[in-house]
Parts: sequence; C-alpha cells; structure tokens
Amino acid sequence: MSEVKYSKEHEWIKLDGDVATIGITKHATEMLGDIVFAELPEKGSSVEKDGTAGVVESTKAASDVYTPVSGEVVDTNQAIVDDPSKINQDPENSAWFFKLKIKDVSEMESLMNKEDYDKFAKENA
Amino acid sequence: MDTKKTSLYKLHQDCNAKFVEFAGYHMPIQYSEGIVEEHKFTRNHSGVFDVSHMGQLFIYGGDELIKDLEKIFPLDLKNLKLNHSKYSFLMNKDAGIQDDLIITKISEGFLIILNAACKNDDYKILKGWLNEKYKMVLDENRSLIAIQGPKSSQILNEVISKVKDLNFMSGNWFLFDNQKVYITRSGYTGEDGFEISIPNNFVDKLTRELIDKGSKLVGLGARDTLRLEAGLCLYGHDLDKDKTPVEANLKWAISKERISKGDFIGSDIIIKQLNNGVTKIRVGIKPEGRIIAREKTKIFNQSDVHIGEITSGTFGPSVNGPVAMGYVENEFSKKNTKVFLEVRGKKYAASICSLPFYKKSYVKGAN
Repeated sequence: MSEVKYSKEHEWIKLDGDVATIGITKHATEMLGDIVFAELPEKGSSVEKDGTAGVVESTKAASDVYTPVSGEVVDTNQAIVDDPSKINQDPENSAWFFKLKIKDVSEMESLMNKEDYDKFAKENA
Repeated sequence: MDTKKTSLYKLHQDCNAKFVEFAGYHMPIQYSEGIVEEHKFTRNHSGVFDVSHMGQLFIYGGDELIKDLEKIFPLDLKNLKLNHSKYSFLMNKDAGIQDDLIITKISEGFLIILNAACKNDDYKILKGWLNEKYKMVLDENRSLIAIQGPKSSQILNEVISKVKDLNFMSGNWFLFDNQKVYITRSGYTGEDGFEISIPNNFVDKLTRELIDKGSKLVGLGARDTLRLEAGLCLYGHDLDKDKTPVEANLKWAISKERISKGDFIGSDIIIKQLNNGVTKIRVGIKPEGRIIAREKTKIFNQSDVHIGEITSGTFGPSVNGPVAMGYVENEFSKKNTKVFLEVRGKKYAASICSLPFYKKSYVKGAN
C-alpha cells in the first residue's frame, strides 16, 4: 500500500492497487465543526479529478467534497451517512467517504505528502 | 468602521472561542467543545451567552411616554405592570417588521432590548416618532449576558440571591459587587433562564463566577440551533421589512385591546390581514431523513409548484434531525401538508409542522 496523499481541498487519498480510498482530513473537520450530514457519490458513477463527489454539512453550513483523482465509485461508506459524527471522531481512518477504481495513476503526482499538507493546512488555517 | 469587541472579548479568547463578525462585532460562534455539545449542555445544564452586541435602549418618561409608545407598539402598555416584559416589534406604516424586541416597564420608563444589526436605526426611528420629547439612551456602558438552561436558576441564585423568585417575563434590579444589575427571567433558547444587564467593567467577573458555579460559555452557533428548535424567529432571516407580524404568525404578540382601537403605526394593515387573511405565512418545516434545507431553499407543493421559501434551517441537536422554518402560501400552511424542498438541484420530501420543534415548559417562578 502506498503512502497517503493530500489535496488542497483537504481530502486524503490512499492507493491500494488501482483502488483509492478517499476521505476528508482532520484539519478539514476542525474547520467545519460538528458534521451533521454527509452525502456520498453513487456507487457505479464516474467522478472527475477536482469535481464534486459529495457534501458535508455542519450545523453552520454546507461544503462540497471534491475528488482528488478521477475514477469509478466502487464503494461508499454508509456508516458516515447514518452517523455523520463519526467523521469528526475518526476522519482519516474508519470515516472514509468513498473508494474509486482510478483511471490515471499519474493524477496522484500533483498531490501533497503529509509534511507538505501539514504545512499547507497550517498556512491556510 | 472598525469591528467592535464586547467587554467579554478577553474571556472568549481565554476559552478558545472561534470568532465571527456579526452586526459589526467580533462575536464567538463557538468555543472548543463545538456547537452540538454547547447546545446540549444548555438544554441539560446551563449555558451562558454574551449578547452584549444587542441594544439596550432606556427611554425615560411617565404617562405621556406610555401613550406615545402605544402609537408605535401594538401593546397594552398602560396595563403593563412594573418590571414586566413583553415581546413586540417595531413596524413601519405598512406593518413591515423593522425589528423584533423585548420591552420591559421599569420605574423610570422602559427598557427595550433590540437586535444588534437594527439598534442604531431603531434609535433614530423611535427618536423621530417620539419627536425627541424623551431622554433616550442606547446604553453602550452596559453589557448583556443570558444564562439559559435548567440549572441556570440555581447557578445564578448562588451568585445573586433571590433571582430564582423572579417570574417568567418579569425582572428587577439586583446588586452584584455593589453594582446595579437588571435581571429578567427570559431568553431565546426555549429554556428557563435569565438575561442580565450589567456595567461593562463587571461583566467579566460575573461571567467567570457563573462558569465557576457550573455554567459554560455558549456561542452564537448554538444560540441559533437552540432558538430554531424553540421555533423562535431570527431578525434578518425569519423577519424583515417585507413581512408583517400576522404573516410571521406572531399575532399572539399583538394586544387584542389595541387592535380594537387600531391606533398604532401599521394597524390598518394588521387589521386588514387579521380580517381577510394573508397570502403567505410562517410555518415549521420538518424535512424527511437527514437533509438540511437552509435559508433561501425553495419550497414546492405536490404538483411541483413553487409555494415558498425557507428562512432558517439547520440540524437540531436535541431533535436529532433537521429543522426549518419558512414562509409558504397560506393554503399549504396546514400541519402535515406534504411539501418538497429543492436542495442542490434535487427535491426532498418534508412536511409542515407545528412549532416549536423542541418544547420544555418555562418555569413560572415561585408564585
């Protein structure tokens, strides 16, 4: 399994073979506050790099979730739809959002590693 | 104009507040525990809110002032007892709501609590309508805090004795640190609680004492979810100049005696609407499932005809589901009417419901 990469839209992505697991970062959840609603892409649908692939809402506002790479949605995490507070509790692990069968592995190249993302997040806090 | 800070700014910082600009003030939207925890703590224990951005307007005068204010507010002010409060609104001649407010009879005249965003305009409007006959002070030297929730009476009473004897919607002067504080048993969360008007230099000390006794600071974020669950309107969202008290479903706040006379600003429109009905009216709206319909969400009937708009919507932590209010055409305002809400291009089922979403009886006090 490869290292976890991060997007400027505060998603994390972990590649296992040609399937990527994607979620939002802890930093993102801290900015959003208590998440009370999550909407995920439909299984079988195709999503394009940097396009919207879901929505999270806090008590205050709604925010789009973007996909950092293109691909076909092969799985979604119903547990976070049923209980969105799980996203605040464990954002970078059990509260993943969706899995993609990715189209082009080179799309991963422009993403940040953990060190760069932490720096980016700090600057954009 | 520079964004103002309240006298509790330092305390908010000490408690890791996240700030937002609200009506020209740096106000805490939440503290470290977050909106949901703060909301629940208020419902189950006691939350203390800085509402010092709100206007505290003192108008000094006697019987003539009462007569003049009755030309403005649809209230039976001559029978309002000393230290009793009423919810009301400032209307324009078309009965559009300029602001909603709480007015309390004090021995020297009246104390009116106004919304922060409206207070300076309200002051000018009232000054004009009262022909500058009375001394009016929009007091910037006093802060205002609210303590709300079931443990609040006990907590505040430990700091300021005998406040627990106050009845709902009544107030009195008390002493804190030899300072005169005016306390009313009121609030805007659907919980029992108090609002305390206190000199700026003493509000930090009082608030820290309330926290020491077990209350916790709660930000504007939870204040919004609390008031919405309680079915209470937020000015600038659920109420504005294009909506009348009858349309806002607030006719309970208009004195029947005053309607029969019809001699206040906007009364002709109010009477017409009470007799003939209104075309749009404020209702509670309960979305099915978890979908949150926020302000400006369009409402449709079962034939896909646009019938109204959401004015406030969020997730209600105590209801554990989405809650909303909005205006719909009168014929669709009956409880349990099925409607559809357009969120991100898709239509979601919802139903018209009665307000509040969350009900707890206000404590009437000792009597």
